[in-house]
Amino acid sequence: MTPPQRQRREPAPEPSKPKEGEGKVGNPERMYVVAGPDGERAELDLVTLIVARAVDPPPSATPEQAALLRLCAAPLSVAELSAYLGLPFSAMGVLLTDLLTAELVHARSPIVRQAVPDRSLLEAVMNGLQRL
Amino acid sequence: MDFKGSDTIPGPRAEDQLPHTAQAAAKIVIVGGFGVGKTTMVGSVSEIKPLTTEETMTQAGIGVDDNFGSATKTATTVAMDFGRISITDQLVLYLFGTPGQQRFWFLWNGLFEGALGAVVLVDTRRLEVSFDVMGRLEERGVPFVVAINSFPDAPRYPMDELRTALDLAPGIPIMECDARRRASSRDVLMTLMRFLHSLAMTGSRT
Repeated sequence: MTPPQRQRREPAPEPSKPKEGEGKVGNPERMYVVAGPDGERAELDLVTLIVARAVDPPPSATPEQAALLRLCAAPLSVAELSAYLGLPFSAMGVLLTDLLTAELVHARSPIVRQAVPDRSLLEAVMNGLQRL
Repeated sequence: MDFKGSDTIPGPRAEDQLPHTAQAAAKIVIVGGFGVGKTTMVGSVSEIKPLTTEETMTQAGIGVDDNFGSATKTATTVAMDFGRISITDQLVLYLFGTPGQQRFWFLWNGLFEGALGAVVLVDTRRLEVSFDVMGRLEERGVPFVVAINSFPDAPRYPMDELRTALDLAPGIPIMECDARRRASSRDVLMTLMRFLHSLAMTGSRT
């Protein structure tokens, strides 16, 4: 019996840079997180680590905010927060943007793939897997 | 949206908490068709019991054969199981088992764009369900390896025949695995890491 046959595909050309102001028009529900003192905005990632700045939620916190702050007394990824809170990823953006703006939580940026991978990172991961 | 009372929300067990030193996390995606063993593989290597994140997708259906062309809306819940491996006190690796259909990918920002790489999990009984996702990874330049999850009743092909059938570029690793076994799943992840490392050595993009 012969297996079915696939046809390889080529990398798509780099999408042309959207013009100022029109980039996100097609995606109004995309959520952003204010990241850092330079005012740069970074997209919230599934593996952005969130840590509460203080253990006790302020009295003004909503139930959702209070629950989130309790969960991330120790660092926790956005994906885990979404799972424990039973909220979709898109809802996490709203919740976390408010908490970051109020400086109630820290966000630790994820490591994302580079055009040329970071060898020392890969070696650290291999060492870690070896110990599994 | 329904929200559970904050008192009833179970958080991570004490032993599942990350240390405060955890600085950054990276992710790997495991893609494949329904029932191919993605969650099994995530579960076999994860240090936590796999968790699920859900997203709701609303689709505006364009009337073709429905009520006189009126648009209809349907909501689909898409779930993604994931697990975690602590690499060092500072570094955490997350594994996401994700549906192969490309229309789901945009639901999670940068799921593939940011991933270090991908494992395409393949069932030889339904080889063709992995064709589209492999093409998408190639188009987006996401490096991947292919793991054949060896089901007992699945047809067995020689590896070179599978490599040809999947039209794999030279250098892309392909291997058999048993997703239920931790050592086997770990070997798949190691193969992916070695492959990424070789790309780093040659400075090439996939």
